[in-house]
Amino acid sequence: MLRLNEDLIIRIRAHGEQTYPHECCGALLGRDEETEREILDLLPLENRHGESPRNRFTISAGDFRRAEQVASERGLNLLGWYHSHPDHPALPSEFDRAHAWPTYSYVIVSVEQRKSGQVTSWRLESDRVRFTPERIEIAAHIRV
Amino acid sequence: MPVKVLIPTPLRPFAEKKDSIQFDARTVGEALDQLTGRFAELRKHLFADDGRLRNFVNVYVNDEDVRYLQKDQTPLKEGDIISIIPSIAGGSSTGFQPVRFP
Repeated sequence: MLRLNEDLIIRIRAHGEQTYPHECCGALLGRDEETEREILDLLPLENRHGESPRNRFTISAGDFRRAEQVASERGLNLLGWYHSHPDHPALPSEFDRAHAWPTYSYVIVSVEQRKSGQVTSWRLESDRVRFTPERIEIAAHIRV
Repeated sequence: MPVKVLIPTPLRPFAEKKDSIQFDARTVGEALDQLTGRFAELRKHLFADDGRLRNFVNVYVNDEDVRYLQKDQTPLKEGDIISIIPSIAGGSSTGFQPVRFP
């Protein structure tokens, strides 16, 4: 299960609407507890995919390192990534699967005609064959 | 040459939760072969079916990307640190993946 407060969901949605019709992307920072994962902060990042940002996102190695550094500075762990699907459902694509890393949470927000919709989260199975949906629990307040 | 390989967080569950490991290796390719030989489950996350590094896997020797050196033939010297840095990518594309709903 993925827990995050409503403010973070609002920020993810807003980022997706802001970058529409291009995909947005960013890092999910938080802590893993025994049975659940808590996202406590976001780090919006630039989509570095120069050729096709409308249906692709890329986070560079440099931005990856920066996300790790920011997480460390904030006393958090880098737990996953979010991105938007402009005018597509919030379901992971074959491209998402082929490029995913295990253990990360992948949050996807659908943005239809600049309006954000469904928000989902996914984890790649260890055999890389498919994603498993991760239940999202929206908390009113999570103590940092 | 004794070198250290840093294991990125998403791959540590497949490497006995280690964040680094030391090997004797003469080249980057040898070091990665030893890594995947020791931890077989890492191989499918680092290498494609054709045996080449997945294009979203970046390998650095100290602060240099091996793509701009000699790739897997990049020679190593004692004390070198090999970092595996993920590139994160995805996108809506066309076609959707099978998912397992519990």
